[in-house]
Amino acid sequence: MRDKKETKNGITEVVLAGSGGQGLISSGIMLGEAAILEDKNVMQSASYGIAQRGGLSIAEVIISDSEILFQHVESPDIVLTLTEESVKLYEPLAEKGVPVFYDTMLAEKRTGDNFYGYPFTEMAGVLGHSGMANVIALGAMAVRSGMIKAESLEEVLRERFAGETLEMNIKALYKGVGLVSG
Amino acid sequence: MSKVERKVRLIQGNEAIAAGAVYAGAGFYAGYPITPSSEIMNDAARLMPRVGGIFVQMEDEIGSIAAVVGASLGGAKAFTATSGPGFSLMQENLGVAVMGEVPCVLINVQRSGPSTGLATKPGQADIMQVRWGRHGDQTIIALCPGSVPECFLLTVKAFNLSEKFRVPVVLVTDEVIAHARQNFAIPEPGEIPLVERKSPAGPPEKYRPFDAEEDGVAPLAAYGGEYVFHISSSMHGPDGYSNNNPDNAIWRIKQLHEKIEMHRDEIVMTNTYDTDDMDVLLVACGATTGASRAAALEARRNGIRAGVLHLVTIWPFPDREVKELAGRVKKVVVPEMNYAGQVAGEVQKVIGPDTELTRVNKYNGQIITPRDILEVL
Amino acid sequence: MLQKTGEKYLKEGVLPHMWCSGCGIGVMLGALLRSFEELGYAKNEVVVVTGIGCTGKADDYLVTNALHTTHGRALAFATGIKAVRPELKIVALMGDGDSVTIGGNHFIHAARRNIDVTAIVNNNFNYGMTGGQASGTTPGGKLSSTTLYGNPEDDFDISALACTAGANYVARTTIAHGWEMQQLIKEALTKKGFSLVEVLSPCPTNYGKRNKMGEPLDMLRWLRKNCVPSDAYAKLGEAEKEGSFIIGKLCERDKPDFNTRYAEIQEKAMSV
Ligand SMILES: Cc1ncc(C[n+]2csc(CCOP(=O)(O)OP(=O)(O)O)c2C)c(N)n1
Ligand code: SF4
Repeated sequence: MRDKKETKNGITEVVLAGSGGQGLISSGIMLGEAAILEDKNVMQSASYGIAQRGGLSIAEVIISDSEILFQHVESPDIVLTLTEESVKLYEPLAEKGVPVFYDTMLAEKRTGDNFYGYPFTEMAGVLGHSGMANVIALGAMAVRSGMIKAESLEEVLRERFAGETLEMNIKALYKGVGLVSG
Repeated sequence: MSKVERKVRLIQGNEAIAAGAVYAGAGFYAGYPITPSSEIMNDAARLMPRVGGIFVQMEDEIGSIAAVVGASLGGAKAFTATSGPGFSLMQENLGVAVMGEVPCVLINVQRSGPSTGLATKPGQADIMQVRWGRHGDQTIIALCPGSVPECFLLTVKAFNLSEKFRVPVVLVTDEVIAHARQNFAIPEPGEIPLVERKSPAGPPEKYRPFDAEEDGVAPLAAYGGEYVFHISSSMHGPDGYSNNNPDNAIWRIKQLHEKIEMHRDEIVMTNTYDTDDMDVLLVACGATTGASRAAALEARRNGIRAGVLHLVTIWPFPDREVKELAGRVKKVVVPEMNYAGQVAGEVQKVIGPDTELTRVNKYNGQIITPRDILEVL
Repeated sequence: MLQKTGEKYLKEGVLPHMWCSGCGIGVMLGALLRSFEELGYAKNEVVVVTGIGCTGKADDYLVTNALHTTHGRALAFATGIKAVRPELKIVALMGDGDSVTIGGNHFIHAARRNIDVTAIVNNNFNYGMTGGQASGTTPGGKLSSTTLYGNPEDDFDISALACTAGANYVARTTIAHGWEMQQLIKEALTKKGFSLVEVLSPCPTNYGKRNKMGEPLDMLRWLRKNCVPSDAYAKLGEAEKEGSFIIGKLCERDKPDFNTRYAEIQEKAMSV
């Protein structure tokens, strides 16, 4: 992982995979906006990379200190998978050292290095809304990869939400942060 | 904590185009929805009434470009956006804009074809249709953004060129750039100069809408002012009335071409990357620009000195720029998302049939990657 | 009082016009120009939008603003002008091929959208300009250069179409009813919203010749004989209605036009 990072010159390539309706694109946009707050360059797109089947939906985010040239992720540095199908697609990367986050309620348990399974959706439900599963996951991934600060994500949440919804989302974010750092 | 005001935002290619049109002063949009251009229309529907402009969802693309031409003659900066099938339907009335010298901007977000094709997937197979899609002798200006920021900047440029030279301008993008999001700060008002069409100044009874001035461009009045005028799709004289005289036709056709040729150097824009010491030249436009630049950098890491020429303007074709750079290298590569090599064909025309050209063509609805290009370097 | 001639809207030195003797287009154009004059329209506040065909040639004779467009699309161009120039009087002059055959889609949608444009359709039951082919208004069984053995298709009722589609004003008249035609055109011009005047008109050269009305006056007589004012029409039996044309004002409403409604949209959008 370390080696890989160095050769990539401060570029982090993120894949958020699951099925349509799981809010992956908006999560990708939030992640991108957070990176912008840290003066990074960002490219966000939907994936046409690896075979697109069934209801598979993939949001890609590239975060970089320098200009981003190509629009798509070529070798992911960190992956979030929210369906069994998408875990299957990306699990070979775990062996190569890429952290693969997945939802233990939505996919079968994986053992082995670099798998990070948490019941994101269930945890979000307990906090008030299962739709915040991605926010928990983003919090965990931010800490694990060091790609952005949790505070930047918090700022993006503050731009998007207000009142109780905002409070809930911030709780969700730091719940995610706690999963990895705690 | 209060909400922060910040300028740099993540913006989608299509959104950037709509924002660019508003920045350029557009006051009219007419269109018909089609993937992958629909976000431009949705944004126009939201933004036009907010800036005092008008949005009309027309019954089809034929009517859309017609309404755009009508609105422009009413004095508004007008635009429409479409993709493949809709672009085909617009050709006849885009010809009216050419013949009547009516400024307007048409955005064609290229998707995979032919016909309905892979409706949501990218392609770059309309390059020739942009140039030659209409019947009859005519010419066109077409710009091709290679990134999201360029979507904004070239939309403003398209309006400016269109107003300045009294011509329709086509902004040719593709699904990849249309749907990608990048960080971009929309310039402050006034940061980019805006161009307004030349209005007539002489006595109204002397006004003739096709009396070109020294710069090749005739001033254009707007319907409803003190200047009364005729615009015609039929062959017409300087006064806009039908004219079947062969000499008049010669004057007219030449005038349509010459005003573009006269300003060629202002219209033709290119970007170059690492071309100073290169051995291999990559010629790219649209989404393949990014892949080409990434491939060239990687190639340099492997000891191959590659450079990139990005065709920002694709029509008129940057022939001199291509010729000059191609003359300095051993190998020219043209990657593009079509089967026939529409850009490659133009490049070949410029460098001559005996100089070898390497083509990278992909037409499965998938984007050309840096790896696809590296394979041939 | 001096009779209004409409001459001040005619271009000098262009007469004689290109239309065949006995053609109705010139008569219709005369009624339109007299209407302009009676309503006191200035040349610069009118835009005449034409399509392609014998009717579509009319702009060449005018000194008002004009836009000569493509076959069937005049109303779509007119829509764009009106949208940004609500204060102008926009007239779309079209043939039956233009308006309801190739351009049928724009026609029904312009009526539905209730754009404040006056459509004047010269219905001569065929394509005059291209040599008398059948159009969407050639009646079933009739002859044309593409229905040599009789038309296997039935015709559109242009006025009924506009009325159903939502026009604010619809009237039908004929070249043989000069005074009435002018009154209806004036009403249409002053009516806000989409208005249509369908003018039944002779094309002796093509439609007339092929359907045993080849002399310049034959089609005029046929129109006079078969046109029935709306009140009288209601009293006709079914058999008598067959083959006769109802004329006069056929439909009128006062729905707000597109521009009025869009101004409200702008206000809403600016307040959010
Ligand atoms: C797209 C297109 N198709 C066909 C034509 C050829 N064309 C010119 S006029 C015309 C028919 C005109 O008929 P109509 O609109 O009824 O007008 P009229 O000549 O009878 O006044 C046709 C088919 C054309 N100009 N454009
Ligand atoms: S062909 Fe018919 S419509 Fe055309 S000018 Fe002659 S009579 Fe009129």
